[in-house]
Amino acid sequence: MEQKKYWQSFGELNNSEAHQKNAKDEFKEELPFENFDAQGLTDAKTPRRDFLKYVGFSTAAAAIAASCEIPVKKAIPFINRPADVIPGVSDYYATTYISGGDAIPVIAKVRDGRPIKIEGNELSTWTKGGTTSQVQASVLDLYDTARLRYPIANGKEVSTFDAFDKMVADALNGLGGAPVVLLTSTVNSPSSKQLIGEFLAKYPGSRHVQYDGISYSGLLLANEATHGKRAIPSFQFDAAKVIVSLGADFLGTWLNPVEFQRGYTKGRKINQANPTMSKHYQFESMLSMTGANADERFTHRPSETGSVAAALLAAVSGQGVTGVNGEKLKKGIDKAAKDLLAHKGQALVVCGSNDVNIQIIVSAINEAIGANGTTINWAVPLQNKAAIDADMVKLTDDLNAGSVGALIIYDANPAYDYYDAEKFKAGLKKVRVSISFNEKLDETTELCKYVLPANNYLESWGDAEHKAGYVSLLQPTIAPLFKTRQWQDTLLKWTGNATVYADYLKNFWIAKLGSNDNYLKALQDGVIESTVTVMGSPVFNGAVVSAAVAAATSGKKGGKVELVLYQKASIADGRHANNPWLQEMPDPITRATWDNYVMMAPAMGKELFGIDLTNNTQSDQYEAFPDKPVVKIKVGNKGEIELPVLLIPGMQPETIAIAVGYGRSEHIGRAAVGVGKNVYQLASFNGNTVINYADVTVEKSETKYKIATTQTHSSYEGRHEVVKELTLTELIKNPTRILNEREEELKPWGGLENYAKDGTIYPVYDRPGIKWGMSIDMNSCYGCGACVVACTAENNVSVVGKPEVLRAHDMHWLRIDRYFTGDINDPESIQTVFQPMLCQHCDNAPCENVCPVAATNHSSEGLNQMTYNRCIGTRYCANNCPYKVRRFNWADYTGADSFKGNQDEMNDVVMMMNDDLTRMVLNPDVTVRSRGVIEKCSFCVQRLQEGKLKAKKEGRPLEDSDARTACQQACSADAIVFGNVNNSKSAIAKERTENKNRLFYALEQIHVLPNVNYLAKVRNTDKLSGHEEGGEAPKELKEPAEHETTK
Amino acid sequence: MQALCSQKKNPDVDILSISCHIFATESPHFNITNRHFQLMSHYRSITKQLVISILLLTVVCFDQQIFAQDGKALFQQNCASCHAVNKDLTGPALAGVEERVTDKKLLHAWIRNNQAVLATGNKYFTDLYTKYNKTPMNVFPNLTDGEIDAILGYINIQAKAATAGPGAEGGKVAAKETATDNSLLFGILTLILAIIVLTLLQVNANLKKLSDEKEGIPSYEPVPFWRNKAYIALFAVVLFVVGGYYTIQGAIGLGRSKDYQPEQPIYYSHKVHAGVNQVNCLYCHGGAQDGKHANIPSLNICMNCHMAINEYSEKSEKLYREDGTEVNGTNEIKKLYSYTGWDPAQKKYANEPKPIEWVKIHNLPDHVFFSHAQHVKAGKVACQTCHGEVQNMGEVYQFSDLSMGWCVNCHRETKVQFTQNNFYSIYEKFHNDLKNGTLDSVTVEKIGGTECQKCHY
Repeated sequence: MEQKKYWQSFGELNNSEAHQKNAKDEFKEELPFENFDAQGLTDAKTPRRDFLKYVGFSTAAAAIAASCEIPVKKAIPFINRPADVIPGVSDYYATTYISGGDAIPVIAKVRDGRPIKIEGNELSTWTKGGTTSQVQASVLDLYDTARLRYPIANGKEVSTFDAFDKMVADALNGLGGAPVVLLTSTVNSPSSKQLIGEFLAKYPGSRHVQYDGISYSGLLLANEATHGKRAIPSFQFDAAKVIVSLGADFLGTWLNPVEFQRGYTKGRKINQANPTMSKHYQFESMLSMTGANADERFTHRPSETGSVAAALLAAVSGQGVTGVNGEKLKKGIDKAAKDLLAHKGQALVVCGSNDVNIQIIVSAINEAIGANGTTINWAVPLQNKAAIDADMVKLTDDLNAGSVGALIIYDANPAYDYYDAEKFKAGLKKVRVSISFNEKLDETTELCKYVLPANNYLESWGDAEHKAGYVSLLQPTIAPLFKTRQWQDTLLKWTGNATVYADYLKNFWIAKLGSNDNYLKALQDGVIESTVTVMGSPVFNGAVVSAAVAAATSGKKGGKVELVLYQKASIADGRHANNPWLQEMPDPITRATWDNYVMMAPAMGKELFGIDLTNNTQSDQYEAFPDKPVVKIKVGNKGEIELPVLLIPGMQPETIAIAVGYGRSEHIGRAAVGVGKNVYQLASFNGNTVINYADVTVEKSETKYKIATTQTHSSYEGRHEVVKELTLTELIKNPTRILNEREEELKPWGGLENYAKDGTIYPVYDRPGIKWGMSIDMNSCYGCGACVVACTAENNVSVVGKPEVLRAHDMHWLRIDRYFTGDINDPESIQTVFQPMLCQHCDNAPCENVCPVAATNHSSEGLNQMTYNRCIGTRYCANNCPYKVRRFNWADYTGADSFKGNQDEMNDVVMMMNDDLTRMVLNPDVTVRSRGVIEKCSFCVQRLQEGKLKAKKEGRPLEDSDARTACQQACSADAIVFGNVNNSKSAIAKERTENKNRLFYALEQIHVLPNVNYLAKVRNTDKLSGHEEGGEAPKELKEPAEHETTK
Repeated sequence: MQALCSQKKNPDVDILSISCHIFATESPHFNITNRHFQLMSHYRSITKQLVISILLLTVVCFDQQIFAQDGKALFQQNCASCHAVNKDLTGPALAGVEERVTDKKLLHAWIRNNQAVLATGNKYFTDLYTKYNKTPMNVFPNLTDGEIDAILGYINIQAKAATAGPGAEGGKVAAKETATDNSLLFGILTLILAIIVLTLLQVNANLKKLSDEKEGIPSYEPVPFWRNKAYIALFAVVLFVVGGYYTIQGAIGLGRSKDYQPEQPIYYSHKVHAGVNQVNCLYCHGGAQDGKHANIPSLNICMNCHMAINEYSEKSEKLYREDGTEVNGTNEIKKLYSYTGWDPAQKKYANEPKPIEWVKIHNLPDHVFFSHAQHVKAGKVACQTCHGEVQNMGEVYQFSDLSMGWCVNCHRETKVQFTQNNFYSIYEKFHNDLKNGTLDSVTVEKIGGTECQKCHY
């Protein structure tokens, strides 16, 4: 029996009253039933007479409506159909997702002329089809209602591009030789770089400044100092047996998470016959998503990062751990150092700090453990981040000095994300000619005189070189929706070059690839990859290290409380803040949507607000209501910010963390209005780089603020055994532990072998042909949420907006449950488990036999089918679902059959999603659900049907590649395996037989026979937190009494 | 360029407004006020609909003549886009081809690679080539001798059938009339019997009254039958049952548009194209093999043939609309030219083309997923099974009611290509059962074809 206590909420940990109530009640709010006890039916609000009135009205209405006419529908064929376009059949085009310097090769699914889904490009060897939540959500940005629709000069619309070009040309000619500065985010497009060179050559004295809101200057400059190259090498997590991360959220947001997830996964996949796995140490101040996945995690103050790095360097150099406070931390550093040394050449240290000195120390550690040339690849540097903070500081000074004639901005938004945005804004005002190419009227663009709308990446031509030697190409998947022009086209025009960029790009690559055919092939594949095999490492220059150590450790000690700024896995730097899919995706750690907030350790919460989370009543008061306490925070003289607080175990007790990327201007879209607060200005510049932590004063505010978290929405009604976890040593020592536990548990009902048959009074059905099944490896699920957004995009899952999430009306078909174990007051003891939870497609589904209208029933292929047209909305099924994965459409979120004024209760975000433009993103193969019906995961049945049809058309048996679910496809870590279980050669059948020892079904003992299985989480650590050693299996684990009374 | 009307999903499942919705969007009363799309069948009484559907069903039962033959299929796949059996199209009529070219080997060689034969300088073929404006014929290197013979065999049968044609047609009409006669007969018989019953009852009552008088039992004033409570009750029950039946049938029928036959922007006769000239359905509606929509052909497909065919021959059968007015075929071709911008005099596209806004006849509700490819390509279902004998229709009308019951019924009865398509090899159990004889065939239902999420998702 599992003895570890897992909890999703503090209430669950304490088994508080609110939790018990929550476990008992299916729906968060009181149902609108009236109490008839004291009064007769006729006195009720809706008495019998009203009922009759409604019946009469609806009959009359129906009769009137019946005399209406069926509208005449038109079918308009092509005049000249392009050879490969068949209406109703999707085409797939390879292109590249571009966001700042990040360039992820993708495939756009285009249906009847509209891109509707983004998938990873499997031809790319470094992503292998992996994506992030932002990539998945990017297709919605194309249809953003807030996109700029025409060129603007001095606040007025300009009717044609020619007129605009003339105005700008006149303005630039009138500069009188004052320099032109082109300000962009990192540009790694080879053709654009050439183009920028040509453009700047036209304006002597002009320059190109790259600026990234989230800066990696520290890393770049440190590498310049130690290796003589201002570059970021590739970090090859796949080759690392020991990984130490100093505050780098490399699985979520740091540098290149898609590639890092892929590499990291290699060390997390467990071969049952010979279980080994990588060991991951995380030293950090806040609880990051990556930290949550670490085998061992230690916390320290943000200002101590330098000391920790220096101590680790000392330890790997054999000088012992010095200069850090706290026994646990010391021991942790010592242990990590020993492990690193024991795995020389198979170890890697990464650090999220932007401090040059700290990065130099980390570089020295990596040199000491032989990482260069083994786990660090200098031959293929990462080119997605190249901006140097000092350049931007100089530009801001120049702007304020009035020495810049014209500023041309593309895809950079310093007025929002620069640490000293006010100074930049002041400078921008002094520039004679300010021009912005942008999709949106963002904070910087709205201050510019000339605004030229740019194309979305799905409307653009282009190329990008995210990693040196790994080029990916962009091709338009749709004609520009508005009067927009690609920025490269504009630069070409302004350079006086008559070629359009599409041709420029073509000529550029034909020159490199040799022929037009090669270019077309590259365009079709989307990627051009050179095969660099030699890892070669530049010589390490150790001379700078001692100075760096001195500088990093001598810094002043932090104040009482320190603040660290971080990025969320969904919103990241805030560039896509108007994307409701991302805003509504629950944060992996806090499970909060639609806001940023202060993450705070429970200990600090107790000190500030007197909330003792180990106390039932107090934890309920904090947790059971969305109203959260608010604090006023102040950094130096930068003004006070009020933000709500979420108490998160695992936070360093003297540190608070706030996510950047919120508090965007209202001009970037309706979804971003009033969502969170901007905290970029709390960062500071240390003379070299921008630093993302600071001393802070935290003061209690008397107000409260509602935060929409989803963590307590779905309760397992006190049932345990939802997650299973064990340590690597346990797995090696007792490989069949989980199997034995299951056998033991199911013994009364026929044991593992006969459980399906003997554990029920229902008949057992044949599943000839296909039986769909899914396996989720919890060891390679890191909680990033790419699958959640992919599911939303594929299945037309509605966005409900913050007020509805507050009422627990969130609609995600797939959620990632986050469980904590450990002592909430001991951050080192906190261990986190992520579990994707979706409809389990139970073969003996409890939802099916309670439906009064048979709207949900079972298919011969093992799918739990949901028929929306039959559903009358009793919600019995949701009540009876042990996994709480069924979602009810409380309102007409998609506007499927609303007419104007019928959606009053909906907030603006929902209305935005119902705009005709936004609705273009809907998948035409999936029904848009309307009010009053239940919906849930369908295993992407539209894809299964399509896959089967493809096989049938070709007259061959189904293969794994024919039918893949959206979540499976989106996952960079291949945590999800799906297919036909009946086919013993399928990946799913293999996954199940090859991982028997870790396989389990959630709540197996209740005999619902799920078609989704999980593989237990294995932690490469000595001991699991919260594990009661030697204790007897508590009785309540089997079937808690409260449950029996409710059902 | 515009694709087909996009198929945004918009299901009508809202419980509160579901009734309104059904009525609002799916009524049989079509828009007759719209002068462009005046409908032939804007109103029909429920009875008439019922009788006609029964009749049609009967006719269809007698009239199942859709049997795929190899020769026919091959002919339609390879030849039909340019050749008809009894009529010159882009290429010559093929009837009697074997008499014209007696050397079988040469004929085969010609069919496989006409260019090679032309290169040898064969006089007959060179003349033919010149006669048909030197339009090159496609090459079919993959056709086997057996396949070519099958095609030729089919041509022979068709050529013979053409001479015997009218007789076969007559047979069909006779069948139709018999069916009409029968139901009328039954109706009259029922009526007569009912009158007899009524008369007898009346007689019986009168006799009883007489006998009562004779025996001195005081008789009541006779109640006329329209005031007789028993009769009234009976009548009421019958009225309720019959009325209820038709009301329900009518309500179910709301939103179904069987027999919908709107007037189209161009009088396009399927009878002329698919019937008389035997153009293969898939030549124009190729999408039926690839995706969910069969697709209305783009205008360039029309122009493949109509660049050459610019008039409707005087000698051909005259075309009539449903209301009996005559259609000038040549004018309709001219309409096509005006849409495509083709100038027949200059033989080039001289004007700006514009799309044709056809009226969509077959409309499925948005919450139904229907794939033509599934049925046509995987299921090998003939087009006529659902669309009726399109080759005999002038302007197309909706042949089936496209109701769920109709779909499900077909799924229950239709056999899948179980042994022919290797996809089904995974159904080991059924294959064993077929071998053992415990199962005689595998229907669509058997492999889950009547489950909800085969069509609704």
